[in-house]
Amino acid sequence: MKKTNVIQVEDLTKMFGDFKAVNGITFEVKKGEIFGFLGANGAGKTTAMKMLIGISIPTSGKAHVAGFDVFTQAEDIKKNIGYMSQKFALYDDLTVKENISFFGGIYGLTKARIKEKTKELIEDLGLQEVSNQLVGSLPLGWKQKISFSVALLHEPKIVFLDEPTGGVDPITRRQFWEMIYKAAHDGTTIFVTTHYMDEAEYCDRVSIMVNGKIEALNTPKKLKEQFQVDNMNDVFLKLARG
Amino acid sequence: MGITVSNISKSYKGVKALQDISFEVKPNELFGLIGPDGAGKTTLFRILTTLLIADKGQASVAGFDVLKDFKDIRKHVGYMPGRFSLYQDLTVEENLEFFATIFGTTIEENYDLIKDIYVQIEPFKDRRAGKLSGGMKQKLALSCALIHKPKVLFLDEPTTGVDPVSRKEFWDMLKRLQQKNITILVSTPYMDEAALCDRIALIQDGQILQIDTPEAIVKQYPKTIYNVSANNMYQLINSLKDYQYQHSVYPFGEFVHYTDVRNDFKINDLKMYLEAEKLLNIKIEKTQATIEDSFMELAKYPNRTCKLSKT
Repeated sequence: MKKTNVIQVEDLTKMFGDFKAVNGITFEVKKGEIFGFLGANGAGKTTAMKMLIGISIPTSGKAHVAGFDVFTQAEDIKKNIGYMSQKFALYDDLTVKENISFFGGIYGLTKARIKEKTKELIEDLGLQEVSNQLVGSLPLGWKQKISFSVALLHEPKIVFLDEPTGGVDPITRRQFWEMIYKAAHDGTTIFVTTHYMDEAEYCDRVSIMVNGKIEALNTPKKLKEQFQVDNMNDVFLKLARG
Repeated sequence: MGITVSNISKSYKGVKALQDISFEVKPNELFGLIGPDGAGKTTLFRILTTLLIADKGQASVAGFDVLKDFKDIRKHVGYMPGRFSLYQDLTVEENLEFFATIFGTTIEENYDLIKDIYVQIEPFKDRRAGKLSGGMKQKLALSCALIHKPKVLFLDEPTTGVDPVSRKEFWDMLKRLQQKNITILVSTPYMDEAALCDRIALIQDGQILQIDTPEAIVKQYPKTIYNVSANNMYQLINSLKDYQYQHSVYPFGEFVHYTDVRNDFKINDLKMYLEAEKLLNIKIEKTQATIEDSFMELAKYPNRTCKLSKT
């Protein structure tokens, strides 16, 4: 069974002056895969991700995301991906329903489609009682689940999750991962950055960036075997400390 | 001289941030408050550092009462709040000098205490604090919290948002500080950091779920946990949740942690069920509970917890 690549990156580089923030990275991500993108603070993760979501132009190399070229088709990329982070999520002073309509509108969904999606999302998440409450009044865990569902509203091919589950309790975190598994099962590709190494263990494959380069890329299981340790945290420590 | 907390409660506009919290931190202990955002960790830190007054209950820090002796507490504790709160437009050295001066001391006088940490940022001492990386900010904040040689150190989520390498270094530093006769209360949402503390309190929704050593908490986990894996994670979780005998089903990285309601559970029964669900490459084996397993079990049955922790 050959699966198509929805992200294809070859020798991608980004320079800031003389500094190579991202230094010739090459990798691909398949349809429906959960791909973990890890690295220490300052390793170049954010810079790399910005190029992939079409908001930063690479200095050199090649990259296709959802079938579009990051150099020439950045606008098409933005329409075909979803994005969620802890910093940029929902509007606290809009209600749950208003947030859904707003983001639905931004993604260009029709009114009828927004209505349909709103109903579906509220039912799936069991939010009937709070759908007219301001998002700011909801617990962090709920906000994260709504935020993830909103990132999927326009049925993107890929969702980028930038440190999605920091700070929530372990049960809520697992409910969130179950949502991710479901999305991946339905064919959406998931691209996650995280500082939680135990979270990296949930990914199908994981890459680890050190000083602008991808120094390791494999399944968590194989990485643990390769570095002869029993968790991803120790894989990370071995790699990043050299 | 550690910390004593007795029946502390605090509400904000009807939201109960802390409900009848009691615990003790022994002198020289490294004590962890482990819980998610909104558990009440920061509220508790603010009460203990005299920045907030509790609605009910008493607390003392280093032998001083948080209400009567608040001025003494302020002289004898170091506090590193969750949000970076140094002066962004002062340099590294200026920040440290500022904190030394307001506590009536000098950098030289207590240099010994911060040396290990400060040498790592000393090459950047003329850089403004706002321009430092996350890991360096954290080291500077810790240096500033230590410069007056406090008896008790409060660290509110010092490692949140910090990468694993810096986290590891930070915990190594805490262990060294402990050996210099400093009592440390540290909070974290990272369950894996619990194991690095002498004792921990698991906290959620303003209530303490359990207090003990990390080893004892894990040991008291009431069930046998099985690591289950198969070819399709999503289907595996759904099938396990549909199984009539399941007690809990939680994804844990490449495995699912499964517990069963029956005392005479047989691995083969579950295997046959999963095979009938058309899963392949099924693996089931016993595994050890982690602090996260304990936390989830306690959070699910909070009432049973109270009974457990009293026995």
